[in-house]
Amino acid sequence: MRQTAEGSLRARLRSVWNDTFLYTLLSILIGLLAGSVILLVTGFNPIEAYGTLFGGVLGTGKTRMYAVQYAAPIIFTGLSVTFAFKTGLFNIGAEGQYIMGGLAALVVSVLMPLPAGLHGAVAVLAGGLAGAVWGAVAGLLKAYKGIHEVIVTIMLNWIAFYFSNFIVMTPMFKKPNSTASVEVSETARIYTDAFKEHFGSVHIHWGMLLAPVAVAFCWVILNKTTLGFRLRAVGFNRNAAEYGGINVGRSISLSMGISGMLAGLGGAVQVLGVVGRITQLAAQEGYGFDGISVSMIGGINPIGALFAGLFYGGMKYGGSKLNIIGAPSELVNVIIGVIIYSIAIMGAFRALVFFFRAKKEGRPL
Amino acid sequence: MMFGASDIGLLISSTLTYATPLIIAGMGSIMSETSGVVNIGIEGKMVIGAFSCAAASTLSGSPWIGLFIAILVGALFGLLHALACITFKADQTISGIAINLLAPGAAIYFCKALFDGSTQTRPVELTGKLPLVLGGVFPENSFLDFTFKNYVSVYVCLLLALCIWFLLFRTRTGLRVRAVGEHPRAAATLGVGVFRIRYFCVVLSGVLAALGGAVIPLSTVSYFFPAIISGQGFIAIAAVIFGKYKPGNTVLACLLFGFCKSLALSLGNPKFELSVSVHLLSMIPYVITLLVLLFIGKSHAPAASGKIYDSAGH
Repeated sequence: MRQTAEGSLRARLRSVWNDTFLYTLLSILIGLLAGSVILLVTGFNPIEAYGTLFGGVLGTGKTRMYAVQYAAPIIFTGLSVTFAFKTGLFNIGAEGQYIMGGLAALVVSVLMPLPAGLHGAVAVLAGGLAGAVWGAVAGLLKAYKGIHEVIVTIMLNWIAFYFSNFIVMTPMFKKPNSTASVEVSETARIYTDAFKEHFGSVHIHWGMLLAPVAVAFCWVILNKTTLGFRLRAVGFNRNAAEYGGINVGRSISLSMGISGMLAGLGGAVQVLGVVGRITQLAAQEGYGFDGISVSMIGGINPIGALFAGLFYGGMKYGGSKLNIIGAPSELVNVIIGVIIYSIAIMGAFRALVFFFRAKKEGRPL
Repeated sequence: MMFGASDIGLLISSTLTYATPLIIAGMGSIMSETSGVVNIGIEGKMVIGAFSCAAASTLSGSPWIGLFIAILVGALFGLLHALACITFKADQTISGIAINLLAPGAAIYFCKALFDGSTQTRPVELTGKLPLVLGGVFPENSFLDFTFKNYVSVYVCLLLALCIWFLLFRTRTGLRVRAVGEHPRAAATLGVGVFRIRYFCVVLSGVLAALGGAVIPLSTVSYFFPAIISGQGFIAIAAVIFGKYKPGNTVLACLLFGFCKSLALSLGNPKFELSVSVHLLSMIPYVITLLVLLFIGKSHAPAASGKIYDSAGH
């Protein structure tokens, strides 16, 4: 008896997974179709445009690796948003946590001389810690003051943004005659040139390895530990969790802290592995907001976020190639927007499929 | 150098000017939230509102045509959100996220397509901007002149807030809107058309958000550029939560924000010889908002906000 119940549960889980995957593919298809309509309206050939986009990404080992380089930071912010969502919190603040992570990594790399290798590791950890602190602030305010995390994280995003600009422009960090910081010190860089002959100028960096590790970390914490169970329980029903003896305030703060840490790590690996400095920004770069998209396309699931991050990274990189045929690269944002919109309304498609299947088989609804 | 009377007048005037788009978009957010539909797509709708207004104004030469087009585009995106959230019973946050990607993406895409690959529209002519009112009433360059000579949008937005308050709290429709947002099933049993009310509110919310964006290229800056909104939609949403979903309080929250912003900018003016970094000054509005939130504490959203309503009862 027990076995059959378990078996049917597993079968059901499998069908949900398959369904989710199929419906995500369908959404992507709808997004690409909408993109081609817009291309046609504005006088471009969709086949040529998509050929340029996908050819530009999948063409050579180098371009494929560039897509991975684009994907690495948004896998981290995607995980950050996913982790928060899974515990009932909406972290719009991945942007600010990402900025603080990158900034902390820069500061450690410039001010704390350490031997190569160790230096990078310490700087990455500092980035994770800074992101965690920035996230935990929002968590604490939510838990103990009842202030909605959405407002707090929006404010913290801007505070982080201007704080980063401020630090970067102080005499200690500013590179003379530029609007950027000095370079990250050589000992703290975390990329390797070992594969230059295969991937050219692409920076193969630790973040690309760390991203799947972070995915596994999230998945295990959420699904296989009592900690994860507690965090999710609080997200699901705060009062019931409290009644069950869970410290709600600590759980919310911890959730936001872990979520912030993930985004902070993303900022750190991007600064140390790819960019090598921080520029004074005029507008938010949007890594945190990309993380929200990645989380949605990944079905709010850590493993999904990995693939969604690769997909989105590829689209972003491929979008930059659209300039070759004169089409605006913002097409990609429109396509991603339509994809997420389609994912949002997939529930209706599901209901429709369910309805027709039931009708065909003569089952009652 | 000290603050003179004219500086204070300018400070008040620029407070009002900065608060205007926030107030208009904030009223949009209130309409949607009160009816029980979360609308974080305000940001994206402000961007496309600013673009469509700037593009239509510079191509036609009239700000009114610009505003009209912005209203249409805002209604269209409002409808898109309503369709997802109400008819298709989609997750309201996810639909809002989609619109925040879709609308700015479309704005910049069509900007490049219409204006030779540039991410900026052509500037709106000086004569094509919104009129300045109460200009000749007070002696030129006096305190009162500096304070009250403003774009017409400043006064219209205050009037708008009053109308929204009246609509929500003094009319039968408003009572229905609030009922639908608090307990849709109870409202439905009394014969209130939940879907119809929500469609009306969400579409109106889109229109107001787009108008909030549209007044920017017609007043402070004269053209559209990608960073023209840069978070003002989210600030408007924050002001609404901050203002506890009441129009009057929301206006005050927007004014506080506008005040901090213009204070930061005027303190940055070299004539005051403050040696504080402009970046630190720019943080002021956000830090103060957080501090004020610490003191006012909790804000309760309408009970049904964000929940999917299904008339079939499951």
